Amino acid sequence: MLGYILRRLIYMIPTLFGITLLTFLLFNVAGGDPAAQLAGLHATPQQIEDIRVELGLNQPLYKQYFDYVGQIVRFDFGRSWATKQTIGQMILGRSLEDSPILASLSLTLPVFLLNILLSIIIALVLTQVRGSFLDQSTMVSCLAAMSISSLAYILFLQYYLGYKLALFPISGWDPSFFGRWEYLILPILIFVILSLGGKILFYRTIFLDEIYQDYVRTARSKGLGTKSVLFKHILRNALIPIITLEVLSMPFLILGSILVESFFAVPGLGGLLVLAINNADFPVIKAMTFIGAVLYMIFQLISDLLYVVVDPKVRLY
Amino acid sequence: MIEPNSDALPAASPNSLWTDAFRRLKKDKVGMISLIVIVIYVLVAILCGLDLIFQNYSVADDARSYLAPNAINWFGTDFLGRDVLARAAHGTYTSMLVGLLGPGLSVIIGVVLGALAGYFGGRTDALVVWFYTTVDTIPYILLISAFAFVLGPGLQTLCIVFGLTGWVGLCRLVRAEFLKHKEKEYVQSARALGAGHMRRIFRHILPNVLHIVLIQFSLAFVSVIKAEVILSYLGLGVEAGTPSWGVMISDAKLELSRGVWWGLLTATLFMFFLVLALNLFTSALRDALDPKLKGK
Repeated sequence: MLGYILRRLIYMIPTLFGITLLTFLLFNVAGGDPAAQLAGLHATPQQIEDIRVELGLNQPLYKQYFDYVGQIVRFDFGRSWATKQTIGQMILGRSLEDSPILASLSLTLPVFLLNILLSIIIALVLTQVRGSFLDQSTMVSCLAAMSISSLAYILFLQYYLGYKLALFPISGWDPSFFGRWEYLILPILIFVILSLGGKILFYRTIFLDEIYQDYVRTARSKGLGTKSVLFKHILRNALIPIITLEVLSMPFLILGSILVESFFAVPGLGGLLVLAINNADFPVIKAMTFIGAVLYMIFQLISDLLYVVVDPKVRLY
Repeated sequence: MIEPNSDALPAASPNSLWTDAFRRLKKDKVGMISLIVIVIYVLVAILCGLDLIFQNYSVADDARSYLAPNAINWFGTDFLGRDVLARAAHGTYTSMLVGLLGPGLSVIIGVVLGALAGYFGGRTDALVVWFYTTVDTIPYILLISAFAFVLGPGLQTLCIVFGLTGWVGLCRLVRAEFLKHKEKEYVQSARALGAGHMRRIFRHILPNVLHIVLIQFSLAFVSVIKAEVILSYLGLGVEAGTPSWGVMISDAKLELSRGVWWGLLTATLFMFFLVLALNLFTSALRDALDPKLKGK
């Protein structure tokens, strides 16, 4: 196991190299020279040149690339052009209550758990009545729900539930861990609604794949009840695709949601990215892209390790 | 792949997989209705692209700003007094263009890289796998935002962004298929008959994996149409003035509180029927092309 983890970590090095190369090519080469933009409309050529020197843009490209890799190795992503804060501080926050990661998590984690719970229950029920009117109409509703833009959901539900019916605050934030929930109920509700349809269809397919397997017939023929077949046999065997999907979606719990966070003023990482894009804040977007990629690699490894836990047939080599 | 089939078509027909699939698709009512809906959208897009219908889409009139649905403007007008229905119809053209060209570009990249990797193996394979692992590691929404941000807004860049970012899944599938197919007898016999590498890749193996390409293309179409809305919201969509569903939907963030709901509704409905038809058609297509159902 330890050897496997070690080997996987070594395999990450070429991918990490690729990510640094891709982000560098994208932001430092294709993105053009940001000095003129940074200096503003009335800058003199001398001021623009000073900014170029300050940012190291007058160096040859290979030198800039090595500087960038050096920074990343030291976990130093530089400073934001817009706020002049270090990006490390922007992402981690000054305190726990101020932490964008925890803000994103307090939105995404409840959505994640509610979604898993609801979609598994609904999908299991659907497999029991498969082919019936209930099954068919739920499937069509899920497909229909997936065909509406997520932005349209957010706009409409925020307007209707928050503004028209005034059931919830329209948008806002309280940094304290108790106070923030008042503002989070509506975004959590909307987030669950806009992602549930796809999940139900996914789980239904997985469960239906299992239901026709021989072991289910065996379990039935030895007289086991529906409940025990469903929960002890089918759910257990369906765990592998479930784990792949859910663990690989975990980086997004930390990265937050671009749309929901910016609409509801949740000060998480998704909102940070929107601000960075609006301010043309190159270093922040670059750092977020890199961090997103690293998170994805970490969770990929975790998901592979979990296979072994849930499926004794899988051996690591 | 193609087995002799007694009850249906001449067994030697090279297209029997496709004819068979089409025959099955024709029996699928939901699939056929979806296809008709898609064809209607394509027609609207072509007619709008040629500027033959809804020519008034960019006619602004300050006096007619934000009119609710009425006899002249069935779906109301926007802040510049332009007809919402005409703008949504022309948005079809934008969506179709991005939805066809973006995934079109990624199909070319994905198929070529996947085919070369799977067929040649060795260092080519290692390089391609490294490349797609790298691109795949960056979360999709960050990847498209970063590309769109760097390349700047606009219709062409939108196509390029989706083309350059959407090829990974297809590349992986095509590579796996080529790994499987290159050892098969029909490829060996093509080689014995003197077919070169390129001929074996594109003339012999590729037609056998085209059904995967088709389904992936259709899935990519949907995800591009939806992603365009998010990029529009971030200000990374089409140029100002170009009609687009994404822009219409994200404009609603300022309109709803003023009671202006028709822009959001119209664009959402236009998008809804196209995406739903594409979703249903993809699943019908998948059933029709499933080799397990062959001959049924």
